[in-house]
Amino acid sequence: MATVTFDKATRVYPGTERPAVDQLDLHIEDGEFLVLVGPSGCGKSTSLRMLAGLEDVNGGAILIGDRDVTDVQPKDRDIAMVFQNYALYPHMSVADNMGFALKIAGTPKAEIRQRVEEAAKILDLTEYLDRKPKALSGGQRQRVAMGRAIVRQPQVFLMDEPLSNLDAKLRVQTRTQIASLQRRLGVTTVYVTHDQTEALTMGDRIAVLSAGVLQQVGTPREMYDKPANVFVAGFIGSPAMNIGTFDVTDGRAQVGGASLALERAVADGITAADGGRVTLGFRPESLEVVSAGSEGAFDVDVTLVEELGSDAFVYGSLKNGGDLHAGDSNQVIVRIDPRDVPDKGDTISVTIRPEQTHAFSASTGERLG
Amino acid sequence: MTQNLQITAARPDPALLDLPWDIPLISWPDDVLAALPRGISRHVVRFVRLSGRVLAIKEIGESVAHREYELLRRLNRLDVPSVVPVGVITGRRDANGERLEAVLVTEHLQFSLPYRALFSQALRPDTATRLIDALAVLLVRLHLVGFYWGDVSLSNTLFRRDAETFAAYLVDAETGDLHRELTPGQRNYDIDLARTNIIGELMDLAAGEMLDEEVDEVGIGDALVERYNELWDALTGAEYFVADDRWRVDAHIERLNRLGFDVGELEMTTDIDGTTVRIQPKVVDAGHHSNRLFRLTGLDVQENQARRLLNDLDSYAAATGRQNDGEQLVAHDWLRTVFEPTVNAVPRELRRKLEPAQIFHEVLDHRWYVSERAERDIPLPEAVASYVEDVLRHRPDEKALLGLPPGRQPSEDDPESDYFHLST
Repeated sequence: MATVTFDKATRVYPGTERPAVDQLDLHIEDGEFLVLVGPSGCGKSTSLRMLAGLEDVNGGAILIGDRDVTDVQPKDRDIAMVFQNYALYPHMSVADNMGFALKIAGTPKAEIRQRVEEAAKILDLTEYLDRKPKALSGGQRQRVAMGRAIVRQPQVFLMDEPLSNLDAKLRVQTRTQIASLQRRLGVTTVYVTHDQTEALTMGDRIAVLSAGVLQQVGTPREMYDKPANVFVAGFIGSPAMNIGTFDVTDGRAQVGGASLALERAVADGITAADGGRVTLGFRPESLEVVSAGSEGAFDVDVTLVEELGSDAFVYGSLKNGGDLHAGDSNQVIVRIDPRDVPDKGDTISVTIRPEQTHAFSASTGERLG
Repeated sequence: MTQNLQITAARPDPALLDLPWDIPLISWPDDVLAALPRGISRHVVRFVRLSGRVLAIKEIGESVAHREYELLRRLNRLDVPSVVPVGVITGRRDANGERLEAVLVTEHLQFSLPYRALFSQALRPDTATRLIDALAVLLVRLHLVGFYWGDVSLSNTLFRRDAETFAAYLVDAETGDLHRELTPGQRNYDIDLARTNIIGELMDLAAGEMLDEEVDEVGIGDALVERYNELWDALTGAEYFVADDRWRVDAHIERLNRLGFDVGELEMTTDIDGTTVRIQPKVVDAGHHSNRLFRLTGLDVQENQARRLLNDLDSYAAATGRQNDGEQLVAHDWLRTVFEPTVNAVPRELRRKLEPAQIFHEVLDHRWYVSERAERDIPLPEAVASYVEDVLRHRPDEKALLGLPPGRQPSEDDPESDYFHLST
């Protein structure tokens, strides 16, 4: 078991100017499950490969426990890349499939058997140990692969998009299994994904990266409730947060037809560079449908209603102008009561629930207030 | 059909549309299949016959499929031995409108041999070593172009006969990545993983009683590391010498030529007073002999086959007293009067057994044996006739050696039954 520390770790690819990973500062606790998440090209996989020893570190350092591993070869780092390779050997028993790497390393037979049995118990594979892998289901084969990593008893597990080549059903199943298994084993784990839902459901903490720079690190709840900047606000959450930039007059933001009072701390945080504007964000579930003309209400023209049984969402556009949209879409999203849905073409009035507005600087994108 | 198929391919073959994409690959009917793969793969893979070709179809996540397709295309452009990607098919739905996995389609490499096929035949004792040598060359070539494999193993490689050796081809690029240049960490990880995987695969063969008991699995895994490092150092390492020893430049290049590599760029530096010279290859390209043979004859063959053919061409020039004639002219005459008559003497029905260049190589070997036995020089036509009857006729067809016949699954106590020989 060990902590992992990125200390201003930087990776610059030869021939490029902008670092792929720029002075990453991140401390991962012993036994913690940390998810690195971000869009393609954000530096998350590069960070993981730096920890694995597969990428050179051009500045700063990486520590596993108290040991500086910056210049240590991958195989001497006491880490395991899980799921990279899980070809199963048809003629070998499940036990041999799990323990063969220990055999190569010259571990005594009795010790191999003991470690394999322990791992099998955790993985619910005990009764299959002496069978051939052909007898296993797809999920069980995945667990044998996990078992291979477990029996090596590494200090840190590394997983790089391990679920990307599974079909949707097996992906959700395996996601839950990995998370609960990691908690049982208590081995420090760094997990890379581009999927923020995966990140929110699996990680003890999440680190969001964009353009090689760490944006925020925190628990799923913190990331969701208090995004540090516009990027994190737009990236975390599904459906995505509605975000727009609006004019401010006398401490009030003009959103569609409504005039919304800003909190004192937000209003005070606006600088000359912001040009009298503020960026506001509110999640689809932070909006409440009210009767037309209510205090603080603005109107949304309905272009589509998505009914999901327990939930329903309106996709529409802000009436009376203004650029307000959720994620990469050009639409406003409102969660509504699935028993009371409007029609396409209707106009609904909505207000933001109290204290559920996120405010950011229009110039820097940093959180205000 | 409710599907909205998208085919991404450089040259889409309309016949692809005739395949039953609305059925999960695992349930494809036997009549469209050419064969089932052997062993346990993490994806469903099937072989089909289409427009006179054999294609391998693999069900895999959409983004991974596109990624692997692109990588294989780039490797092909870089002239690295790898399977040829045909395309990616997405947007599959079954009869109930349920989404089905995307597929990656690649062309089956003719005359290639999976390592399991080689071990299920009666083997020369050093086969494992020869496979390892081939894999070491492939790994060095991949690393030279900046490809990190991430999952080097015998099962992710196909082998083609190359005179008395083998040539290795990359089959699975799923975990790979192309970089400008690899770091020592990436190369070492690949080598370490290769060693572990190879030992595991050999232990599996041993467990299936397909490996001679004498074989030392760990020793063979270690041999890969050693072979790789030797070759890497020879191809990329620097040499120092005193300025007067200029012949060492040519000697260095010749040494790399003998290893089968051309030097594209050689860096030469001297110390300040000019007494010591340092040379280091900056760009090396594989295929020294095969490129030369191709330029002379248009024959596109493996490196060691080319070496053998070039030697025979030299003997031909000497025997006919034409060492001073234009090389191209002599090569043309050799092709017309020696090579072609030899391979054409093989009856058509036996030509699926081996590639022409391999047949020629084996005929030369055979002639040597029969000449020795007869204590006289056996002419080539006589040697061919004897080779065809005594050797080739008894060999398996290797043109499309795939997996199991459709409809046959190996049983639990017999995880792999015999190979199915496909005829196209």
